[in-house]
Amino acid sequence: MRRFILIAVPYLWLMALFLVPFLIVLKISLSDIALSIPPYTPQLDLTEGWSGIKAFLSQLDFENFTFLTQDPLYWRAYVSSLQIALISTVLTLLVGYPIAYAMAQAPDEWRATLLLLVILPFWTSFLIRVYSWIGILSNEGFLNQFLLWTGIISTPLTILNTNTAVYIGIVYTYLPFMILPIYSALEKMDGSLLEAAEDLGCSRLSAFWLVTVPLSKAGIVAGCFLVFIPALGEFVIPSLLGGSDTLMIGKVLWEEFFSNRDWPVASAVAVILLLILVVPIVLFQRNEQKQRELDQ
Amino acid sequence: MRQHLVTMTATLALMAGAAAAQEVRVYNWSDYIDEELLAKFEADTGMKLIYDVFDSNEVLETKLLAGGSGYDVVVPSGTFLQRQIEAGAFQKLDKSKLPNIENMWDVVSTRTAQYDPDNAYSINYMWGTTGIGVNVGKVTEILGEDAPIDSLALVFDPANAEKLAACGIMMLDAPAEMIPAALKYLGEDPNSHDPEVIAKTEEVFMAIRPYIQKFHSSEYINALANGDICVALGWSGDILQARDRAAEAENGVEIAYNAAKEGAQMWFDQMAIPVDAPNVEGAHAFLNFIMDAQNMAAASNYVYYANGNKASQEFLNEDVIGDPAIYPSEEALNNLFTTTPWDAGVQRTVTRLWTKIKSGT
Repeated sequence: MRRFILIAVPYLWLMALFLVPFLIVLKISLSDIALSIPPYTPQLDLTEGWSGIKAFLSQLDFENFTFLTQDPLYWRAYVSSLQIALISTVLTLLVGYPIAYAMAQAPDEWRATLLLLVILPFWTSFLIRVYSWIGILSNEGFLNQFLLWTGIISTPLTILNTNTAVYIGIVYTYLPFMILPIYSALEKMDGSLLEAAEDLGCSRLSAFWLVTVPLSKAGIVAGCFLVFIPALGEFVIPSLLGGSDTLMIGKVLWEEFFSNRDWPVASAVAVILLLILVVPIVLFQRNEQKQRELDQ
Repeated sequence: MRQHLVTMTATLALMAGAAAAQEVRVYNWSDYIDEELLAKFEADTGMKLIYDVFDSNEVLETKLLAGGSGYDVVVPSGTFLQRQIEAGAFQKLDKSKLPNIENMWDVVSTRTAQYDPDNAYSINYMWGTTGIGVNVGKVTEILGEDAPIDSLALVFDPANAEKLAACGIMMLDAPAEMIPAALKYLGEDPNSHDPEVIAKTEEVFMAIRPYIQKFHSSEYINALANGDICVALGWSGDILQARDRAAEAENGVEIAYNAAKEGAQMWFDQMAIPVDAPNVEGAHAFLNFIMDAQNMAAASNYVYYANGNKASQEFLNEDVIGDPAIYPSEEALNNLFTTTPWDAGVQRTVTRLWTKIKSGT
């Protein structure tokens, strides 16, 4: 009985905060647009009893989903979001791994401070941090002024409002999510393993590839998912730093919802995004579970 | 003692009721009022004012259509207002509670009546035009002294746009404003609802698309003022704000605003009461307060937008009433056009066209 209650708590949590909202979105995605409050039809009328529910269900259809397949825009937006999320994840890994490695190699008494420094940016609002990149990257911004002053460039670089700025924004914002799991994996590593590898004739570089990297794999995988999943549906960074040709599903979703006032199509876009996300989330869960079994 | 308790409870209940009735919630555009007026309203009426702001019609509309916004007064623009009236989002005004309505200006109210017949649901707050903001120094440096800074050709002619691209061009991310402008440039009816006519603008935008830095509805204020961009198609008051910010910063940037000589869009921000407003009485009190000639003049003097209140004009500062960018001359007024909302089908075509224009796909 006690065990049942223990299991029931997280399931109730999941039901209330994931499954129920998802069903509501799914329901709207099967409705039709209407000029009313709320702006879709049919509405569920419970006062009619069972016949009301039946009438409601009979009016739902998959029209909005077939609509999404007819216009290449949606397909391109999903692919372009996947691409931007993938590239940003790789970039974040390339920047984050050396930082995590250096932190794990640092003397014990420094580590707490270094860890604090990684977390420190979170004390400022996310929005303000993204906004400040506008000041850094704009044509008259700090970066261009500095580069012009040093004489490296003679005309300002256009970085803001391009995909490059989006990558910079995503890497900067999600870097701690990459560093922390890798750091915690590296920190646990037994240093004597590296000594053993070197005793057995490994160069330092090959010891790194053969021992350190495989042992930090769990951290790398966790970090990559923590970056990839939110980056895929990112809206704020592309809309503030990206240009008009940055096509991401978050922006498409906003346009369906606000510009077209088409809640049903917006919901259909969201349902598909969720389905795309479920695959990496399941993979992530599996990896976690495998890791836990290994640890035991 | 018991009697005492009953009285106390009754008093408490009364106080609670009174407190609820005395709260007025207003949802207006950001940077759109002199905040001293808010304190004055509270002092005049004894009601507590809760004042929230938004920065796009779409955000307001989504809140209204979701229902239960909790606001007593909201400020949508004309075309949005018309559609929201159709959706049943507003209640009719009780004009017996609005004695100041006689202050309103017929020049504006005849125009707003096309969105809200008889002005039954709304009063005008401010109005303005959509036009061209330029960094005068940089544009004349690139295109010469006779640069067409008051013409849509400045942006819509690819030859000009190409030269200005490096310096930076932005335009509103609002198809309801930019497509009529492109139609006007083509010599078509800017208020066309015919998808085939609207489709003609695609060519205009696609030709200049590579030279547009960004489509955005508020970033151009700072970008213009800081000298990051040279040209913006935007809202009159916003560009005038950029002009003032640049002047205050003394950064050598001189901004000018012009309504396009080909014809510019005129828009209206209207105050209305949501159908489910919790405090209808308070909402009317607020509308009546705003329509007071001196109060309305104070708001316009502060935000540099024209208003629809005839009686307020004698209290307006000279740099507001005397500035043709804010109060156009009779002749210029005739050169302004208005638009009506697209239905859902045309709206979808337009949004799709707009996405194509912005993203290239």
